[in-house]
Amino acid sequence: MTNSINEVEDADLFFVTGTNTTAQHPLIGSRMINAVERGAKLILVDPREIQLAKFAHLHLRQNIGTDVAVLNGIMNIIIEEDLYDRDFVENRTEGFQELKAVVSRYSPNVVEQISGIRSKDLIEAARMFAAADKAMILYAMGITQHVTGTDNVKSCANLAMLTGNIGRPSTGVNPLRGQNNVQGACDMGALPVVYTGYQKVVDAAIKDKFEDAWGIEGLDDKPGLTITSMMSEAQKGSLKALYIMGENPMMSDPDSTHIELALSNLDLLIVQDIFLSETASLADIVLPAASFAEKSGTYTNTERRVQLSHKAVDPPGQARADWEIVQDICRLCGYPMNYKSPADILDEINRVTPSYAGITLERIEKEFGLQWPCPNQEHPGTAYLHKDQFTKGLGTFLPCEFKPLAEVPDQEYDFILTTGRVYFQYHTGTMTRRISLLEREAPEAVVEINPEDAKRLGIKTNDRVELSSRRGTIRLKAEVTDRVPKKVVFSTFHYIESPVNLLTNPAHDPVAGIPEYKGCAVRIRRCA
Amino acid sequence: MKKTSAICPFCGCGCNFYLVSEDDRVTGVEPSPNNPVNKGMLCTKGWNSYEFIHSPDRLTTPLVRKNGKLTVSTWDEALGIVSARLKEIMAQHGPSALAFLSSAKVSNEENYIFQKMARAVFKTNNVDHCARL
Ligand code: SF4
Repeated sequence: MTNSINEVEDADLFFVTGTNTTAQHPLIGSRMINAVERGAKLILVDPREIQLAKFAHLHLRQNIGTDVAVLNGIMNIIIEEDLYDRDFVENRTEGFQELKAVVSRYSPNVVEQISGIRSKDLIEAARMFAAADKAMILYAMGITQHVTGTDNVKSCANLAMLTGNIGRPSTGVNPLRGQNNVQGACDMGALPVVYTGYQKVVDAAIKDKFEDAWGIEGLDDKPGLTITSMMSEAQKGSLKALYIMGENPMMSDPDSTHIELALSNLDLLIVQDIFLSETASLADIVLPAASFAEKSGTYTNTERRVQLSHKAVDPPGQARADWEIVQDICRLCGYPMNYKSPADILDEINRVTPSYAGITLERIEKEFGLQWPCPNQEHPGTAYLHKDQFTKGLGTFLPCEFKPLAEVPDQEYDFILTTGRVYFQYHTGTMTRRISLLEREAPEAVVEINPEDAKRLGIKTNDRVELSSRRGTIRLKAEVTDRVPKKVVFSTFHYIESPVNLLTNPAHDPVAGIPEYKGCAVRIRRCA
Repeated sequence: MKKTSAICPFCGCGCNFYLVSEDDRVTGVEPSPNNPVNKGMLCTKGWNSYEFIHSPDRLTTPLVRKNGKLTVSTWDEALGIVSARLKEIMAQHGPSALAFLSSAKVSNEENYIFQKMARAVFKTNNVDHCARL
């Protein structure tokens, strides 16, 4: 997030797209509802009638995968009606003419054709947005899990800059991170192109710095493989060994049949986890890890706040903390490490990572964490980014053209399947499905289908249905509801009994590598 | 009864709570009243997050595949195989034949040491995590 969770309550307007906030980020959802009850406006752009729709002043239900067109359409109206922030555009940005040229092609009528949103609603949304003093854009996977994910994100940033809604409290472009340490994993360089704090692996000076810090030579200066390419290289046979710590790609990745083929083709698969997950069951070696309650360490939340978590109990049996296991393997492979505790590792992180330099153990123990960037011990941390200037100086508008879903419905596969989560479960279910109360509330996968479609296909709530795509077939229970629009079905990926990622399309965004979970073509029928 | 300050293991809000434990068992959680993130509140997932910690399904020993079956093993054996095989594959096929998947569910320190292993020990940038998924 460019801004902070605490600022949510002071915003004048929320533009919420591709996040089912009350289910996935309940504590942010409830802050947003408080603000709306106090008088803030809420524009929801989401194909589904999620819980927030009840609180929305305007709910735009776009056709799936048409976000760029919708955002361009809104910007076009704001420019045409001269409602944009001239000061901000002139002083802090570049590329306005290019933006104007692209978005001018998205008149309300054109956008209605593409997205199904009525011109009148689009115009109202644009005016409402432009009228707000402090508008906060919030999004999650509904924006990023598309082949055009990067374009969707850029378009959100364009809208914020055009209206001067960045670099001030209660504004900004705010992606909500789905897992408790996604932000931290990225910050720590668990990415193929960067070391910690987004320092690039291709930069020779950065490479030198890390060679010095780590006392070695010959660091790789080329970008590595993303998870998606790891799977395809494994299937081709050029990737021989994969070491997975705490993830379950068999359940979380698209097109599971191919993932299984890829993983089985490896010479060596090492999985380190707290449970024998679907992925761990395929491993050659399984290493038992400690859970969050059995170790200390820091986690970085979606607002960039680095917080400390302490050890409460010992791990079960012989399980050990992930860092201890990794340290042992490094030693056995001829690279001794001498960390006595996570605190020693944080110390090294402080030294090699400019944005984390001031986030020391002593400080976060005293306060409730610190938000990066925090470049030195005296720095108070950063509640919101881009205050007086952008990292690069001026903010560049990056206009994008609308592109359709990678797999559009046809006669054979005539529905769009979109996926997500439910309130009571989390991710691949390895943890939440072992919590009795949560499991009682949401014990099995359900596919949502619109009443009109259901009637035509003779499907009733609780019927077993068969859902198929070009990649596979699953069976699950139907729920007939107008939460989903016509010709769209929705389901979740928490359940091994109905693994929805057998169906999803691995086609992915060329820059971010994120697969298009939010739309693939399927067919649905009642089980005989 | 002991109270230990911890961070919820689920979504990216990062709510802060106290794990309440007796002997070596976590028996509940209490939200942190002053934390700026959750100000004394939690969602249902947070309130129940401690339950999986003591699940009977937890892995408690290393497992090694023998004759096609995952078999109970020791740390010495498992880590011996892991390090020998990784070194062997690197020597035979080069660093690009190895890849490392880190996790959006473990700590910063663990992500750091994991990518350091990939880069410093095995000389590859083939390191990623499942955040996008
Ligand atoms: S308590 Fe709920 S809202 Fe808070 S971090 Fe956990 S899952 Fe997220």
